[in-house]
Amino acid sequence: MGLGARELMAKRAAEEISNGNIVNLGIGIPTLVSDFISSGIHVFLHSENGLLGIGPKPKYGKEDENLINAGGFPCTAVQGASYFDSAESFAIIRSGKLDITILGALEVDEKGNLANWIVPGKRVPGMGGGMDLAENAKKVVIVTTHTNKDGSSKIKKKCSLPLTAKECVSLIITELAVMEVTKEGLVLKELFEGTTVHEVISKTEAGLIVSDTLRMIRYE
Amino acid sequence: MAIENVFGKIKEVDEAMTHINDHTVLMYGGFGGVGTSPLLINEIVKKNVKDLTLIGNDSGFPQIGIGRVICNGQAKKMITTHIGSNPVAGQLMTEGKLEIEFSPQGTLAERVRAGGTGLGGVLINVGLGTVIEKGKETIKVDGKTYLLEKPLRADVGIIYAKAADPFGNLIYDKTARNFNPLVAMASDVTIVHAEEIVPLGELDPEEIITPGVYVDIIVTGEGGKWKWVWEQEN
Repeated sequence: MGLGARELMAKRAAEEISNGNIVNLGIGIPTLVSDFISSGIHVFLHSENGLLGIGPKPKYGKEDENLINAGGFPCTAVQGASYFDSAESFAIIRSGKLDITILGALEVDEKGNLANWIVPGKRVPGMGGGMDLAENAKKVVIVTTHTNKDGSSKIKKKCSLPLTAKECVSLIITELAVMEVTKEGLVLKELFEGTTVHEVISKTEAGLIVSDTLRMIRYE
Repeated sequence: MAIENVFGKIKEVDEAMTHINDHTVLMYGGFGGVGTSPLLINEIVKKNVKDLTLIGNDSGFPQIGIGRVICNGQAKKMITTHIGSNPVAGQLMTEGKLEIEFSPQGTLAERVRAGGTGLGGVLINVGLGTVIEKGKETIKVDGKTYLLEKPLRADVGIIYAKAADPFGNLIYDKTARNFNPLVAMASDVTIVHAEEIVPLGELDPEEIITPGVYVDIIVTGEGGKWKWVWEQEN
């Protein structure tokens, strides 16, 4: 069975998570990442609303209205989980205890600047905990479609939308490729099967340095 | 066992509501409505007080949590982190009927906490290089740059607790804790809706999350319960 583009990105993102990590997954495609975390490792998923140790979705009829993830949906708590207030929840993030966060993006640029909270005049949802996560997680991985619906690149030379945080992103995973943010610029490191370097470059506004060790991602 | 109201904090909802009036600065616990008191929200909507300034994590959903108060046109200003789940809040903002000040979530939590703990502000790196920086002082400490974020306090805070004793010692339920303990500290009048009021001594001092010293009024009662979005989808 083939995975869809969203699942492929989520699966690749899950490979960034190691045993013992404290992880926060954003809304959307990042949420899917939890389905692909290796069963052989122990991780704790952090939820902004005051839970460390998110468990699987509860069975229908077994939902607890007071046990909810940050996306507003019922969840469970794993063994060893803890509850805390919102100040403590963000203390965990700001103090550097969060190993990795996987977030979506509206735009991300060559320097690792991230814009994902507002389109002025159009969509003004607010940043929620996004700025805290982007600024202070030890590693910020972005999972996003490579282009907007109109075909324009989301991987920019310079973000034009208001920033969530400056120079915070380490790795960008799209349905086409995996790119690392380095001091020299964006390095194209991996291609999903079926894509070409030419296609990625043509769909990317940012400059790309093609890695000497470029590899093809083949799942299944 | 009968509950002795030895501290006089246990009150009828009507008496508690005399503190919430036009122009009240109101802080509320809750995250997407989870941990927001259905009873007190219902009473605020019924009383139909106007020009409230609301301080809390998010704008709830149109029929859930603080969202009900917003949709009823009772707020003139909000200090919050997210309004995405309540389209009416966005619409009122666009129409210029609701002023919104966004604060990053951890920053909002610490601003409320600072208000509640007698601190003059907090130094936070979140928002540096973004629009959040506008109009704020930056301060360098040991070579690192921070934004000076000012404390927040409210006239009235509304809290939703799992249980309260007559002194107002509180415990919460799972993720319904969120902003509640912070709001309890940062309000001139802290009104708790407790699902259950238990006799003094029944809560283990080791498990109490909010010491009763922060609590002024305790109410209990049904009413105002909403259907969650995930219940409607099922």
